[in-house]
Amino acid sequence: MTDRSARFRAPSIPKSAMPISLAALLVSSLTTLFTWWVIWQLALVLAGVTEEKITNANEKNVYWSEMLPRVAALPIWAWLGLGILVLIPLWLFIPAFKSAKAATRAKGYLQKQDLIAARVATADSSNTAWFSIGYAIFILLGFTGLWFIIAKDVAVGSTFFKLDLMLEKAGLVGQAFLTNVFIFMVAQVFILIWALIVALARMIPGEAGQPIRLLATFYTDAFRGLPSVITIYLIGFGLPLTGIPILGDLSPVWYAIFALTLTYGAYVAEVYRAGIESIHPSQMMAARSLGLNFFQTMRFVIVPQAVRRIIPPLLNDFVGLQKDTALVNVIGTIDAFNQARILASNNFNLSTVTIVAILFVLITIPQARLVDRLLEQDARKTRGAK
Amino acid sequence: MSFLEMRGVVKRFGSLEVLRGLNLSIEEHDVVCLIGASGCGKSTLLRCINGLEPISGGEIQILGDRVSGAGVDVNRLRRDVGIVFQSFNLFPHMSVLENICLAPRQVLALSKAEAEARAYELLKRVQLEQKAKAYPDQLSGGQQQRVAIARALAMQPMLMLLDEITSALDPELVAEVLDLVRELASEGMTMLLATHEMGFAKEVSSKVCFLYQGVVHEEGTPEQIFSAPKKPRTQAFLKSIIEAGRL
Repeated sequence: MTDRSARFRAPSIPKSAMPISLAALLVSSLTTLFTWWVIWQLALVLAGVTEEKITNANEKNVYWSEMLPRVAALPIWAWLGLGILVLIPLWLFIPAFKSAKAATRAKGYLQKQDLIAARVATADSSNTAWFSIGYAIFILLGFTGLWFIIAKDVAVGSTFFKLDLMLEKAGLVGQAFLTNVFIFMVAQVFILIWALIVALARMIPGEAGQPIRLLATFYTDAFRGLPSVITIYLIGFGLPLTGIPILGDLSPVWYAIFALTLTYGAYVAEVYRAGIESIHPSQMMAARSLGLNFFQTMRFVIVPQAVRRIIPPLLNDFVGLQKDTALVNVIGTIDAFNQARILASNNFNLSTVTIVAILFVLITIPQARLVDRLLEQDARKTRGAK
Repeated sequence: MSFLEMRGVVKRFGSLEVLRGLNLSIEEHDVVCLIGASGCGKSTLLRCINGLEPISGGEIQILGDRVSGAGVDVNRLRRDVGIVFQSFNLFPHMSVLENICLAPRQVLALSKAEAEARAYELLKRVQLEQKAKAYPDQLSGGQQQRVAIARALAMQPMLMLLDEITSALDPELVAEVLDLVRELASEGMTMLLATHEMGFAKEVSSKVCFLYQGVVHEEGTPEQIFSAPKKPRTQAFLKSIIEAGRL
């Protein structure tokens, strides 16, 4: 008998998953203790207990007798909310206990010499143990964040998340945000067209196309290298000074659109070019061999395929553009960020700026999902079985 | 005057000389098979004819018109010379119908209805009418190649160039494509084929050309080339083909 068949005859004995199960139980317990402590701090904050009062109570050794009635007097909604928070870490014990049970089962199977069942139980046990440890870390980080916000008499919370101020000013900031939306919506349309022109100009074939290729290359090099804030500044302040008709009398919003189109047009042109070059040359050959000329080939065969491929990186650049609309405050446009800054300095509080931050994040999420869906639909159409 | 006349055609890729003064003439309704080892220039020869590769020397004429070199309207030339590739090269983002209709509509300026009528006729011919709305990736290799042939035929070319059109197919799909070529041959379509299917070449062609070192080394009727090749290189090539069980 060779070594190899001997190995098959004596399968390896699975290593016990008990240690990792116990680790999961331990981590779950520690997480629970920490979260409950944070929840207690939160209860104190809700009950209006300041750090100073806590220090006083500690000095007089009346911490519990002082604090418990205060927390007990919290309204019912606070109790409900806190109650739910208290339950969250307990949920970790479900997989942790399952894991421990599976590990015990594995031990039993091993005694009965049932290796296969033992392996299955061991795998089950270590899987569930890691599941509970993973979520324990998730919950720990979440509650650490919460603690960070409420620590020091809600120092962070009141600086960045002052709810009453946020609610009061949300309308104003939201309205100013429409300016950002207008700028990027218009700019995106311009960019899609302008960048395609630049990309095609960079790829135009033949000797006669050389000056056009050079121009397009020079443009992309220049405007990709220029920081967009500088382009906005120069165009927004510079063009009105020149007094050139039409170009000199635009509103700051249109200067911003113009500047952002120039900057992002250079980026997006490169994205287009990468997409076009990623289409296999045989597609160009096949189209040209049917008698289509260069531009017909681009229009009907190459660009439609390239666009499908560049949608994800295109979204990336558009998200970048959307965020860069916050730079237009350098030329005095009242966009969301500028409005929020004015409100922040009037109220000595940054929470209004937090609103802008949240708005920017919120608008990108549906776009990402929409792109995912579009790509999925297209893939289903052209590749799905019929 | 021959239908297609190639005189002293040279094609270089950098320092590599693929075609070295090749002469070839084809009459109308001829079916000419190009055989030879890989890399002997069969595909390059086909691509030179419809201008996909500019030639470095010599001249190509179709019906007495020079179709190589400067001043030739390649887009016009390609209307009359169809080519089908080894790798099908269908447009993956278009349905079968759109693949076939694209060039007739854009190049010949046919109306949508005219182009589609022509496309359905061709699809019927290649027995794929029911696949008109399907996309290339949903078809088998043999079906894709038949669509590619239909796409080339939709331009109603005078000459068809077939570049190893069965080489990328699974063995059981080869027959359906060859049947179609056989049918085209019997209808009198002038064709130039690069092929490794020797049995098929023997059966369908009116002339066989053995390419070696960038020239037509030996040419003749299929009987003559396959049964009694005169030159030692041709004999050696055919011997290796027979030993591989391909003839």
